[in-house]
Amino acid sequence: MIEGITIYELLTLTTIIFFIGVYGFLTRTNLISMLISVELILNASVVNFVIINKYLYPDMLQGVFFSIFIIAVAAAETALAISIIINLYRQISSVEVKDTEIMKH
Amino acid sequence: MNITYIILIPIIPFVIFLFLGVFYKRIKPAVSGYVGVFGLLASAILSFYAAYQYFFVHGKVDGVYQTFLKKSVWMNFTDTLHIDMGILIDPISVMMLVVVSVVSLMVHIYSRGYMKGDEGYTKFFAFLGLFTFSMYGLVLATNLFQIYIFWELVGVSSYLLIGYYYTKTSAIAAAKKAFIVTRFADFGFLIGIMIIGYYTGTFDFETLNNPEGSAIMNWAATSFMGLSVITWALIFIFIGGAGKSAMFPLHIWLPDAMEGPTPVSALIHAATMVVAGVFLVARLFPMFYFVEDGFVLKIVAYVGAFSALFAAIIAITQTDIKRVLAFSTMSQLGYMMLALGVSGYEGHEGVGYMASMFHLFTHAMFKALLFLGAGSVIHAVHSNYLKDMGGLRRYMPITNITFLIAALAIAGVPPLAGFWSKDEILVAAYEHNKLIYYVGLFVAGLTAFYMFRLYFSIFWRKDTSYEKKPKESPLSMTFPLLVLAVLSVVSGFIPFSEFVTADKAGFEAHLNYPLAVIATTVGIIGIILAWIFYKKENNLSDKYARDFGPLYKWACDKFYFDEIYMFVTKKILFKRVSAPIAKFDKQVVDGTMNGIGNKTVLISQKIKGIQSGKVQDYAFAFVVGIVVIALVFIYLWTN
Repeated sequence: MIEGITIYELLTLTTIIFFIGVYGFLTRTNLISMLISVELILNASVVNFVIINKYLYPDMLQGVFFSIFIIAVAAAETALAISIIINLYRQISSVEVKDTEIMKH
Repeated sequence: MNITYIILIPIIPFVIFLFLGVFYKRIKPAVSGYVGVFGLLASAILSFYAAYQYFFVHGKVDGVYQTFLKKSVWMNFTDTLHIDMGILIDPISVMMLVVVSVVSLMVHIYSRGYMKGDEGYTKFFAFLGLFTFSMYGLVLATNLFQIYIFWELVGVSSYLLIGYYYTKTSAIAAAKKAFIVTRFADFGFLIGIMIIGYYTGTFDFETLNNPEGSAIMNWAATSFMGLSVITWALIFIFIGGAGKSAMFPLHIWLPDAMEGPTPVSALIHAATMVVAGVFLVARLFPMFYFVEDGFVLKIVAYVGAFSALFAAIIAITQTDIKRVLAFSTMSQLGYMMLALGVSGYEGHEGVGYMASMFHLFTHAMFKALLFLGAGSVIHAVHSNYLKDMGGLRRYMPITNITFLIAALAIAGVPPLAGFWSKDEILVAAYEHNKLIYYVGLFVAGLTAFYMFRLYFSIFWRKDTSYEKKPKESPLSMTFPLLVLAVLSVVSGFIPFSEFVTADKAGFEAHLNYPLAVIATTVGIIGIILAWIFYKKENNLSDKYARDFGPLYKWACDKFYFDEIYMFVTKKILFKRVSAPIAKFDKQVVDGTMNGIGNKTVLISQKIKGIQSGKVQDYAFAFVVGIVVIALVFIYLWTN
């Protein structure tokens, strides 16, 4: 609960971050940038958890705990994604999205 | 009577077949020959033991030979209709066991010499084993379906053995022809079996052949086109039998089947497989006799008589010795058929049935001997044609003597085997149908003539100068000749009428002296004519052939039956019927299916673009989807 800032403003902020992430995910041509965009999406939702917990149920902690879970899972997921990208790089010497089209076959 | 051991008789050749067939690359030829011979010897000994037990010890109860059965249900359709597998022991099956085992054993021994040095020696013995097994199974069958199964099996082994020299185009064509023609006839047999199964509710010979049984008593229950359905069924079954026994007009495969090795011709196309048709009619004889007052038997008689005459005429003109023998076989099979056709059922009335089986027995011996003798000659001069032979009596004394015995036997000269059985057939024909009797008598004369034409042309006539002096065949080949020659002499003295009769009771058969004298005279006239024409080299035969003109030409070309069949199949069936059907199949049926397939491919090619493989396209579709769903929900909730 931060004085002088309403929940609407904060939710607007997270929505903006979320859509920046979506936009980045759809438009970046580099796998690493896409990964960063995914992180933005995740972070937006994590912040949402905390905000809603703090503003609507100030005497509970579930939202905060969930955000910690999500951060842990996101870290694992990022590690996995990076390892896939590295392996892919060894195969095709590129991390461009358009070069990964061969994987559909 | 304990008949369990009889199951071993067919099993032994089957085991030989499997053994030689599976290990055929690893077995030395010498070993495979001995395996075949000793296996067949064991099964022949068992057959003789079974025959002794049946005919002399256990078989007869109150003067009637009993039928012994051992079977188990193989396929169940309804409570009454089921297919069994088993063995049936009665006079004709025991007699056939003896015939098959003797001839097969002799052919095995003979083949050791004849096939020596052949590449597929082991394979040959494996096929012989398969054939012998199938033939035993056929004669021991307990019901129509079992006999049909083995019927097809002998067809297959015949196909394999005719096409044994599979690098020769003519052999392949002959094998295919034999298989297709007999298969075509077997289709009739199958239809007959179906009709019998449907209307009588059983396949068992025991039930079908019982003169007081429901199958025979109720034959008139259903009729179709003026004849009882059972009569139709029997006609169809006879078509099957006629195909296997090379009766007119399904005979065209038998002469061509001579492309196979000569021992095979002796075993399959003279002594055993081709008599399967006769055996089938004999097996169902009570049905043939009682249903529709023997209507089908009349057909059998006329078809048999015509085939006998037809084949005998062709046999006179042929120059390939194996083909002469093939037509002679067809003629003699016609004889057996006509004997069955004129037979009655009870006591002395059934003399035709007895005579037919008797002739089957003696014919198997002397015709196998003739074929093996011909094989011996071919082995020595390396040719099938009469023009390459002559004067061979100096080089091949044993073959000469045994061939002469066989020729005398088939010509019906007393006291050799053929005389007795042929006499009984003529007696039966004389008592029941004069026309058939005269045909039979004429054929007897023709038989003597063409047989001695063959004999004189091979062993006397001119003294052909041979590049390589022909040698008498080795002992492995002459031994079977001698054994069969002895059998051709003595087998006529078996009192057959006491053992094998239609009603299984046995009767006293007497020689009918006037008829016997007439038949013998006709036979001897035939021999004398052949002696005049062919003993020394002269142009009498050519002169008479010219006098007969077109008739001779027709007979020489087998009355153009092959050409007629070719015309019917190629010009009419293939061109007018099959070709349009094939066109319909290709264009309409296949067209529809291909069209469906092509359209599917086309559509999928169109929509394939959606699957770009780009992660971001998928993600975009996903996001758009989410947005749309979100909008829909918002719209629904806000209203």
